[in-house]
Amino acid sequence: MSTATAETVGAPVVPEEIASFTVTLIIRRYNPEVDAEPHWDDFDVQMYPTDRVLDALHKIKWEQDGSLSFRRSCAHGICGSDAMRINGRNRLACKTLIKDLDITKPVYVEAIKGLPLEKDLIVDMEPFFESFRAVQPFLVANSAPTDGKERIQTVAQRERFDDTTKCILCAACTSSCPVFWTDGQYFGPAAIVNAHRFIFDSRDDNAAVRLDILNDKEGVWRCRTTFNCTEACPRGIQVTQAISEVKQAMLRGTQ
Amino acid sequence: MPEQAATLTSQQKTTSRRPAGTLYRGREGMWSWVLHRITGVAIFFFLLVHILDTALVRVSPEAYNAVISSYQTPIMGLGETALVAAIVFHAFNGLRIILIDFWNAKYQKAMFYVVIALWVVTMLAFVPRHLINVFSH
Repeated sequence: MSTATAETVGAPVVPEEIASFTVTLIIRRYNPEVDAEPHWDDFDVQMYPTDRVLDALHKIKWEQDGSLSFRRSCAHGICGSDAMRINGRNRLACKTLIKDLDITKPVYVEAIKGLPLEKDLIVDMEPFFESFRAVQPFLVANSAPTDGKERIQTVAQRERFDDTTKCILCAACTSSCPVFWTDGQYFGPAAIVNAHRFIFDSRDDNAAVRLDILNDKEGVWRCRTTFNCTEACPRGIQVTQAISEVKQAMLRGTQ
Repeated sequence: MPEQAATLTSQQKTTSRRPAGTLYRGREGMWSWVLHRITGVAIFFFLLVHILDTALVRVSPEAYNAVISSYQTPIMGLGETALVAAIVFHAFNGLRIILIDFWNAKYQKAMFYVVIALWVVTMLAFVPRHLINVFSH
């Protein structure tokens, strides 16, 4: 889209002061109809420092190899569909700037791990959403609002679970978890984050049920506090802290 | 990359790259967990052997003495150093994990470096003394 704008303005070439450079992307490809095993493909693309990894993927798909498959919707870090492993870390392609990567070396891009690989950078998200649904990520209130209109909450009560409301369900956290890679039955950080969001909501009446669901061998007690989820979260949620709080709620009761 | 100007048909498929994907580049938390797991498994196998050789004293004191005296070699002395190194890390990192769960997860990185510092101090106090004992016989 940026090139289209440049053409309408009438600039014949890109202004000299903005330097572009060649970035090599090495992408882990897999076509289930042809390949028995995934393999790595190299692509050279001309990029600006302000471009993102998603722009590089677009350039490859639109100009070099139309068969490259990846998910993206909003492309602005809201929808959470383009989580992938970039240079060995789970990131959103649309929030990772080229200038923040070491472009003297190739940039490795591959699908997130622990979920079934479908094609190239696309994985089957169903096991992830299944865990999410299992923690009842919706308000359960047993009583009518006091004045018949709305459920009042103090600033402090809202603040209690503010951090975990930020989740966009991109699966960057769950698929960065070493426990989840080897044990797909584990609920995973994202499901616990979304349980946390309602467990500590003063308007919700179903915390005990959610705590019971997560008080399981495959629930919060599987967490080994590796902090990969906290590092991976594109929204900066303190995921491991949230999991610890759920653990403590089980031991001491909700506060 | 000298062949940058080449057309896209020249994309090389490099077979040397690990097909399983890249190693996850986790930070302090992940590596402390990896070390914790490795030292934990190592300590488990030590305890297994240790219980077996100690149980020998019930079979016969002579057999027990024979086994224990076979441990008095420089190689076993170095092994004991590794054992203490593993136990000291596992113990201090175990306290760190307890603090993460029951106190505050915010300070996990700082606490990891405290664990490393305490490990270095403990090993500085132990290793020279131990190795002098091992190699002075």
